[in-house]
Amino acid sequence: MMDRLATIGRGTFDILASLGRSSEFLLRSLVAVPRPATGLPLLVKQIYAVGVLSLAIIVVSGLFIGMVLGLQGYNILTDYGSEQAIGQMVALTLVRELGPVVTALLFAGRAGSALTAEIGLMKATEQLSSMEMMGVDPLRRVIAPRFWAGFITMPLLAMIFSVVGIWGGMLVGVDWLGVFEGSYWANMQASVDFGEDVLNGIIKSIAFGFVCTWIAVYQGYDSVPTSEGISSATTKTVVYSSLAVLGLDFILTAVMFGDI
Amino acid sequence: MTSESAFIDIQDLVFLRGERRIFDGLSLKIPRGKVTAIMGPSGTGKTTLLKLIGGQLRPESGRITVDGICVHELRRSALYDLRKRMGMLFQSGALFSDISAYENVAFPLRVHTKLPEDMIRDIVLMKLEAVGLRGARDLMPSELSGGMTRRVALARSIALDPELIMYDEPFTGQDPIAKGVLVEMISKLNRSMGLTSVLVSHDVPESLSICDYACIVSNGQVIGAGTPEELQGNPSERVQQFLQGKPDGPVPFHYPAEPIAEDLADGAQR
Amino acid sequence: MRQRTMEIVVGAFVLAGCGALLFLALQVSGLTPQAAEPTYKVYANFNDVGGLSVRGQVSMAGVTIGRVTAITLDPKTYQARVEMEINKSAEIIPTDSSAIIRTAGLLGEKYVDVSVGADQEYMKDGDTFYGTQSALNIERLISNFASGK
Ligand SMILES: Nc1ncnc2c1ncn2[C@@H]1O[C@H](COP(=O)(O)OP(=O)(O)O)[C@@H](O)[C@H]1O
Ligand SMILES: [Mg+2]
Repeated sequence: MMDRLATIGRGTFDILASLGRSSEFLLRSLVAVPRPATGLPLLVKQIYAVGVLSLAIIVVSGLFIGMVLGLQGYNILTDYGSEQAIGQMVALTLVRELGPVVTALLFAGRAGSALTAEIGLMKATEQLSSMEMMGVDPLRRVIAPRFWAGFITMPLLAMIFSVVGIWGGMLVGVDWLGVFEGSYWANMQASVDFGEDVLNGIIKSIAFGFVCTWIAVYQGYDSVPTSEGISSATTKTVVYSSLAVLGLDFILTAVMFGDI
Repeated sequence: MTSESAFIDIQDLVFLRGERRIFDGLSLKIPRGKVTAIMGPSGTGKTTLLKLIGGQLRPESGRITVDGICVHELRRSALYDLRKRMGMLFQSGALFSDISAYENVAFPLRVHTKLPEDMIRDIVLMKLEAVGLRGARDLMPSELSGGMTRRVALARSIALDPELIMYDEPFTGQDPIAKGVLVEMISKLNRSMGLTSVLVSHDVPESLSICDYACIVSNGQVIGAGTPEELQGNPSERVQQFLQGKPDGPVPFHYPAEPIAEDLADGAQR
Repeated sequence: MRQRTMEIVVGAFVLAGCGALLFLALQVSGLTPQAAEPTYKVYANFNDVGGLSVRGQVSMAGVTIGRVTAITLDPKTYQARVEMEINKSAEIIPTDSSAIIRTAGLLGEKYVDVSVGADQEYMKDGDTFYGTQSALNIERLISNFASGK
């Protein structure tokens, strides 16, 4: 009994300690903005690694999800004789929910795990240490560009995901199932509101970008510098990011659309 | 050895890793412009000592001064400025794996100076020439052999012409030729650039052949110090055990443990 | 050289993201880039707004001329007071027009339809509709029909 209490206590303490450490880490890397002349090329390189290299999986997934939405939507809506509402259904689902959420989950698996492994390996091979010994702050040089790249990239990827998905929905709904193209777009435009739906979706993906990248770089930076340490840090990145995204999505949805 | 000529002065250093006392009242002076070897068995905290000198770790108590500046009392930015005057060659080389050998050597120059690109190029090629790898400038770190990696890392640590250079086990895992090359290079650099060198190693013959002073660290304290000749003549059993590489003696072969009979009996009871 | 191609690719990526935003704004949410039109406010009192919501449309002859901006309960008359913003370009509502709550399609959104009167004068900012017709409550209609009234 006492043992179990002690375990719970120690666990809580560990969680609080790591939250504290990661917040301090976050603050320090946010403050450490590199000079534009050196920082910009680093940022470009990271946007390439984090964003451009994730583009393929985002586009392919977006297309398939849009097509599935079109197909399922048609089957349900046709029962009520309102299959022309398929455009609005596809667009609202993507812009409000699936765009930001699925992009964040894919991002955690594709880019987040890569960030963790890369930083963890840099730590294990003493690259971060040697940078410090050269009088260069690794938070500024290594962490900050990666953090900003993830933060900038996520909303861009989410918007591309939504657009591709809407196009995929049209492919199925209009070209295949024969919904009139005019009503696909007109219904969508009548029911999707830029401020309410599109902007809120973008705000969600910005929040997800922040959380996913934070988790990824922190797990890398804090990893135990051995092969098991890095592999467990990579797993943690994917698990924690996915849970954080889904939990945060519920909270944001409740605040944005739930009239709380 | 007077205190003015000491570039690094360590007094009563205490450092703990968890419960373990890695250093327990260690005092050491490293003279300016000379090669000093710090020797000791693996795991005594030689790397830790270099990190303490570089300010990456903070001592529990005691004082470490480098050129009169107390390292662990410095603010972040002042510490980073001090580190520009130090070079450190890590055990693994620690080259940045995503950029070429050339870019690795150019890295500290690009970060800390505003030199134009053609001057950076000249300096990088000179430093690479000094370690004999001018021809390997375009190779990526993954394409370099172990000895070449260390030489490129050496070129990188001297890129900013530091006053102090610390070598962490430069000979470990090198073939005899590479060892010879590194020994040659370390003493040549020290003579030509007039820098203070700290060499951490457990390779006794190589270290003693190039150092001006040597000290042996064991159990968190200095157990012997002096010129190589003085050390060879040191009467201490522990010093002699280390220098001659005897398997057992005052420095125990076994990691501290309960007697083996008890340990085995414990297993039998289960 | 490699840095340069990377910069170009990243530039294209950021542009694609901005293009996606533009597409979401214009084609998906039908946002028109013109500046917000000046509006004026009018009010209407209904016995029952059942289902009308803020941001609902106000239309005249089927053309959207404004939006519902607030719905409050009048504590004296126990009626629902609906505040609407009407575009300045539609400041031609005769004072004897009435406001009717209608449903788009069978189960669609509720909206306010302005039934045009014959007066020569037009409603001004702050005016209240003279006549109103409340939401058609399908349930009540059915129960009335069933009880034969
Ligand atoms: N990050 C660390 N956390 C805990 N203990 C460490 C860490 N790094 C090193 N140690 C311990 O400190 C001791 C000294 O390590 P080190 O300085 O690397 O020894 P050396 O370089 O002399 O072989 C070792 O026994 C090791 O177990
Ligand atoms: Mg070591």
